[in-house]
Amino acid sequence: MGKMTALLNWIDARFPLTATWRAHLSEYYAPKNFNFWYYFGSLAMLVLVMQIVTGIFLTMHYKPDAAQAFASVEYIMRDVDWGWAIRYMHSTGSSLFFVVVYLHMFRGLIYGSYRKPRELLWLLGVLIYLCMMAEAFFGYLLPWGQMSYWGAQVIVNLFAAIPFVGPDLAVWVRGDYVVSDATLNRFFAFHVIAIPLVLLGLVAAHLLALHEVGSNNPDGIEIKKKKDPKTGIPLDGIPFFPYYVVKDIFGVVVFLMVFSVIVFFAPEVGGYFLEHNNFVPADPLQTPAHIAPLWYFTPFYSILRAVPPLLGSVFPGVLAMGLAVMVFFFLPWLDRSAVKSIRYRGAVYKTALALLVISFVVLGYLGTVPINVWGQFGAWLGGAERATVVARIFTIVYFLFFLLMPWYTRIDKTKPEPERVTW
Amino acid sequence: MADSNVDRRKRRFLLVATSVASGVAGVAVAVPFVASMNPSARARAAGVPVEVDLSNVEPGMMVTVEWRGQPVWVVHRTREMIDSLPGLDRMVADPKSSMPMQPDYAKNEARSIKPEYLVLVGICTHLGCSPSQKLAPGAESGLGDDWPGGFFCPCHGSKFDLAGRVYKGVPAPANLKVPPYAYLSDTRLLIGKDSKGA
Repeated sequence: MGKMTALLNWIDARFPLTATWRAHLSEYYAPKNFNFWYYFGSLAMLVLVMQIVTGIFLTMHYKPDAAQAFASVEYIMRDVDWGWAIRYMHSTGSSLFFVVVYLHMFRGLIYGSYRKPRELLWLLGVLIYLCMMAEAFFGYLLPWGQMSYWGAQVIVNLFAAIPFVGPDLAVWVRGDYVVSDATLNRFFAFHVIAIPLVLLGLVAAHLLALHEVGSNNPDGIEIKKKKDPKTGIPLDGIPFFPYYVVKDIFGVVVFLMVFSVIVFFAPEVGGYFLEHNNFVPADPLQTPAHIAPLWYFTPFYSILRAVPPLLGSVFPGVLAMGLAVMVFFFLPWLDRSAVKSIRYRGAVYKTALALLVISFVVLGYLGTVPINVWGQFGAWLGGAERATVVARIFTIVYFLFFLLMPWYTRIDKTKPEPERVTW
Repeated sequence: MADSNVDRRKRRFLLVATSVASGVAGVAVAVPFVASMNPSARARAAGVPVEVDLSNVEPGMMVTVEWRGQPVWVVHRTREMIDSLPGLDRMVADPKSSMPMQPDYAKNEARSIKPEYLVLVGICTHLGCSPSQKLAPGAESGLGDDWPGGFFCPCHGSKFDLAGRVYKGVPAPANLKVPPYAYLSDTRLLIGKDSKGA
């Protein structure tokens, strides 16, 4: 017995090292027909690690103080060796985190990965998405630019719209009557400690749930139904290590190429990843002429703007925006189709999904521009803003995708699923 | 088996009693943490009133002062501006200021003590942006030829007239807030405190 084997045995008698490696990598059997869409889970983990590492180094120089925050970010950009690179990696990482996660969620939608027995896996994923939104929101205040300040002002005031307890709740969240130093300081605490801890825990739970039920695949059929009678290994499964580790490394290399091009050549991405107005220090007396959140929030921001106030309260808009996110929790129970994967679904579901994607993109675009971007309708429509009317239509389409799902998935003509996975 | 000798009622009682006691303790421990997030004594003390000198504010002009960290606007309205207000009554959501967005002494057509001087908290009642000043009427405002002058919130497109009254069909649900204020003399204004000491 070699020295290394002896050491491994010593460890295994005290800690389940080999057992864990086997359970989650070398003997975790994933379907052999994974395609392009299956890169984004591992990429999301990669970005999470990059955000944590770059974030740790940024906190070494950043000052969570309203009087010093903006200057300390400029200090990182100009005076700290490689500070600009670390900050751009962090800002680019946050946007690409959402790119990767939106594609990961879309994968779930097209292949029915939220369906039984993966409901909890999906719920944990939606919780991760909520945490990411909180993390992005808290982090966006830290540079203390104009967009940071007014973005936080608008979002915290969303809480103020909640009937009865709202105004007190908003003051409690801010720790002051306006967004101020107290707000910045606590958002820093949430951004660097509280939310990341929750996020890591949820990611661990997401992986444990995945490895319990096994991965879905582009055919939406369960590989565990056809096992080798002797070994008990799924006939269509291949061990995650080495096969999918190698595949994912290829994805990582391509991803890092895209990532590097953005970091080194276009870190602002024309104002979509870093907004121009955020290079102006926060001014509590002057809102910029046009404010918008970063692109990954704009579909929901559009929904917020599109819903008119009711009975002297903006709460309906806030509620609609919240529901637009929360509705993902119900997806596993709304879908009544006989099949999971889009490959075997009929035209109805495909149309519905296409409409959802179009709504999401149109709402996302409209959220980045002022509401008067397309001008006003004539007097025959009460001079309404064209963009607002369009946003209202697509808000309805967005919600109908979910609300009508129990019906249209049932009447949709499906094709028979195959016995074994296909390519 | 020892199990047969177990007093299950006692066990259950102990379990419930321990759970309730630790639950109460848990809530009690949460109180200081939750309360620590309230505005601190320093933040609560910061809301002192501010004085504004009106002698330099020409008709048609506006100044912004900071009170409690918020922008407060003082607009010196011209006669035409004041006269334009009644004509807008059917376009605004709350023409008579029936919602409590102002002290009683500003609950009038011009929403002010003296019609010439409008005092408003420059925070949109929708989600807290600070609206832009579009005081001059007409197309120059970017709000169409028939814009009568007022304020436009860039965040979500809410419009307000020259008395801070919100237009119908915009996201903001209420008129702009009039802060408590009082005249110390003809040209000096105190914002944040009125004669009642509010």
